Parts: sequence; structure tokens; C-alpha cells
Amino acid sequence: MSAAGSIPGRARDKRMTEDEVVADLSSDMTIGIGGWGSRRKPMSLVRAILRSDLRDLTIVSYGGPDVGLLCAAGKVRKLVYGFVSLDSIPLEPHFRAARQTGAIPEVVELDEGMLQWGLYAASLRLPFLPTRAGLGSDVMTVNPHLRTVHSPYDDGEELVAVPALPLDVALLHLNRADARGNAQYLGPDLYFDDLYAGAATKTYVSCERIIPTDDLLAEGTFHTLRIPRMLVTGVVEAPNGAHFTTCEPDYGRDESFQKKYAMAAADPASWATFESMYLRGSEADYQEAVAVRA
Amino acid sequence: MPETGPDTGVTRAEVCVVACAEAWRGDGEIFASGMGTIPVLGARLARASFEPDLMVSDGEAVFIANDLPLGSTDKHVEGWIPFRSVFDNLWSGRRHVMMGASQIDCHGNQNIACIGSFEKPKSQLLGMRGAPGNTANHAVSYWIPNQSARSFVQQVDVVSGLGYDRAAAAGPWIAAHHHLRRVVTQLGVFDFETADHRMRLASVHPGVTPDEVVAATGFELVIDDGVAETRLPTADELVLLREVLDPGALRNAEVRV
Repeated sequence: MSAAGSIPGRARDKRMTEDEVVADLSSDMTIGIGGWGSRRKPMSLVRAILRSDLRDLTIVSYGGPDVGLLCAAGKVRKLVYGFVSLDSIPLEPHFRAARQTGAIPEVVELDEGMLQWGLYAASLRLPFLPTRAGLGSDVMTVNPHLRTVHSPYDDGEELVAVPALPLDVALLHLNRADARGNAQYLGPDLYFDDLYAGAATKTYVSCERIIPTDDLLAEGTFHTLRIPRMLVTGVVEAPNGAHFTTCEPDYGRDESFQKKYAMAAADPASWATFESMYLRGSEADYQEAVAVRA
Repeated sequence: MPETGPDTGVTRAEVCVVACAEAWRGDGEIFASGMGTIPVLGARLARASFEPDLMVSDGEAVFIANDLPLGSTDKHVEGWIPFRSVFDNLWSGRRHVMMGASQIDCHGNQNIACIGSFEKPKSQLLGMRGAPGNTANHAVSYWIPNQSARSFVQQVDVVSGLGYDRAAAAGPWIAAHHHLRRVVTQLGVFDFETADHRMRLASVHPGVTPDEVVAATGFELVIDDGVAETRLPTADELVLLREVLDPGALRNAEVRV
């Protein structure tokens, strides 16, 4: 949006729109999506991907409706996950359907902690990090690419070498950010958003409100400033952008909408109706349709 | 023996909560983590009664110091436990979780990933979640409200959580730290206190016969002579459960008996 980036002595203004973020993405990319299950997901960015021609994406996520929607739209070539769930509705219907029809060509299903380790390894530029999680379980058999290492010390223990999960792009939704990309979470849990940002070549942050840098401590202590601008390429102001997932304390999950989503997703005819009602237009159209419903 | 009389109308769900609470007896000052209504109540009841040093969470991101009723937001916070800290905590071993299981076998191998082949599942479930890491690192118990030959199976389709055979094969460290404490179902309590760690019927809930349990099990259970009956809640436990921890009686919705 702003071309101020190259002016010496001027701070870069990283404000963008969802569609500008998507224009920076390309098919075949590996995209990590922050949040957890149906909590603080960058849904307006996911909806923008649904409207695009992007395809054959590798998606890395503690999965919720982000994964479900991208699977339903046929955007996913490879999925890396520890679980996919809507939390209050344990099973994600689109993800289930995609798995049960073989619609996701490649899946890497890991222990939740292994996924964290892969992102952390990538963010530290390490090839792998060791763990015991996964050993003895079918994580090792359904992922034949996983290797083990032996401790070089006297114990000699065999451990899983969780490979780094470098991302081309991380998409996050936080509560506040400034125009330079410093982002703040005000809710109970950062989840693993900082690790996604660290693991990614480029990170795009959507947020409920873009505020002046001097206001960043108005609602939370400096402990909540966990995504520094040096990790951030673009910032999108997206009020209600995490809808229908949680974005505490700005809003909780829209449980009745999630229920509607899950019911529609379970049946192709209902899903077509849901899609035409909510997902065919712009983000503004979506928000208007949601507001009218409420 | 518990002082509960026959006239207190104890429900099966209440017996199950106490059977779950008993899983944490003797655990001391660790994180007691429950997945599902009955295990959450079990952990809170254990802490409120015989295991006062346990730490319990709100299921979201804080440790709660008070006897929080289900559904209440009146949290007295005594610590912060975001998911990252849960992983740190569980890899450190200071945790005992009670998870669910869509399938479990006689060695305690648990499946929450999918039914059918992994490549193209008949039914996709949650995914591995934290089961592989939990079972490799600390005590784990299971709550299965729908025991049947379909959930208690000869062989699980996918191993998410390690049973004793898998843990033994995963090396000496895991074998030493893996511990399946108990399995609680709507019918009874099971443990692995046998020479070869095969699942044993530890007790049947009042009103259930061992034959009913066998009929709801797809593998050969170890059954000792004179199977005990699961204990009833004490009068104090019933007061805690009914008036403090679960005044809305949500417990009864999870056990259809």
C-alpha cells in the first residue's frame, strides 16, 4: 500500500489489505497458519486465499476451520498437523471428508509437541531438534521420512530428530499491531505464533486494530509484545478478522455460527448454500452477512 | 467402607467421577490434567479432597486455586499454563493426564487418530494430538464412556498413545517413564497390574457384572477371582461434587447409564 519503505529516515509503513497479502503468495508455497484449533485464526486471510487462484499449498497448522476451509476449496496439496479440531466441536467435518476421500495428496501427522519442535528448529536455523515424543507410536510408521539420532553422550539414547519446518509464509491474527508490524496478543495464550513467525521467510499479521506505537502499552504490558516488527512483512487491519474463531478479549468464538458452519460442511447441498451466502464475496461482504445474521 | 447409604441415589456418572479421581491418588504436587467432563471433575474432586497439592487448570491457560464449578468463570488464578508450558511440563514428567480413546487394546495402546487405514481412513478422528509424547513421558489414564467391543479392540488401527508393548520396544528410558495408571469406563475400572502388563479388570461399577464387561470387550481381559466393586462416593465427596464442582449436573450427560 505505502511506498514509504525506501525513504531514508522514515519508518516503513507495512499496512496492506488481505488481497494484497494474497497477491504476494504463490501456488506451491508452504504456509504456516497461527492460532490453535478454533482459536485466534487469521480467518480473513484464509478467506482471501479461498477467493484466489492459489493451489497446491503446503499448510502447516494446529488445525481448525482454517484447514477445513482450505481442504474444502481444494487448495491443499500437503498438510502438516498435530490435530484438526473446532474445539467445542471436536471433529472438523471438511478435514474429515478430505481425509476420508483421499483428497489431500500428502499428510504429515505429528505429535503436537513435534510440530512445535519443527517450527522452533526452523526459527533457530537448526536442521532438527531431538525429542522422545513420537517414539514407539505410529507417528514413526506413517511418516517414514522421520529419522532418529543417538545421543552423543554416555547415555546413547535414541531420539526422534524432528526436522525443521521452514515456512515460506506465516499468517497470524493478533489483537493489536502498529503500522510498522509490532504485534500484540491480549488473550490468554500466544499459542505458537512467534515460532511460526520465526520459521517463516515472510510473516503477515492481521489484527483487530492498528494503533500508534505509543499506544501499544495502553491495553497490555510489554510482555504481550511478542511479535517484533523485524519478523513482519505486512500488517492488515481486520476487525472481527478471526471470526468465527476466538479472539479474546476482543470477542469469543461465535459458537452458533461455528455450529452452522459444521452442519453445512457435513452436507454438499448445505455447503453450497453456505458458500454462496458467506464465501463468494469480499471480506466486507462476509462481515456484513455475519452482522445481518446476528 | 464409604458411609454412603443406598438411599442417596448415587448415579453411575458419580461413581465414574470418583473412579477417575482415584487415578490421581498419591500423585502429590503435579499437573492433574483431564480431557472431558468426567476426567475434569475427577481431577478437581481429587484436589478438593484426598490429593490437595495437585495443580489443576481451567482447560484454557491458567492454573486455578479454587474449587471451580464447571462452567463458572470465577477463577482464582495461581499460575499461567499456556500450551507451550503444557508441552514443557509434560516433557518434564510433572503431569498425569486422563485422555479419551476411540480404541484401546489389551496392552493399552490408544487410538485417537483415525479408524481404518491411515492412508485413507474410514473415519478420520482428531489426529495424534499429544498422545505419543504424553505416554512417553508421564503417567496417563483413560476415560472411555462407551466401552464396547468396538472401542476395546484386539488391535488398534493406529497407535497414538503407547501401550506397554510399544513402550518396552521404544527403549529403556521410555519403558521406565511410561505408566498407564488406569482406564475408567461406564462399566468398570481397569489397570495393567499384571506380570505382562496386560489389561486387568480391577473393579466393576455397582450394578455391573464381570460378564457384562467381558461382553463389551473385544480382547481377553485378565480377570482375578472375586472382582471388587468400584467404591461409592463418600458423603463428603457427594457434597463436593453436587454442590460445589458440578451444580449443573453436567456429569450425568457424559454417562448414558
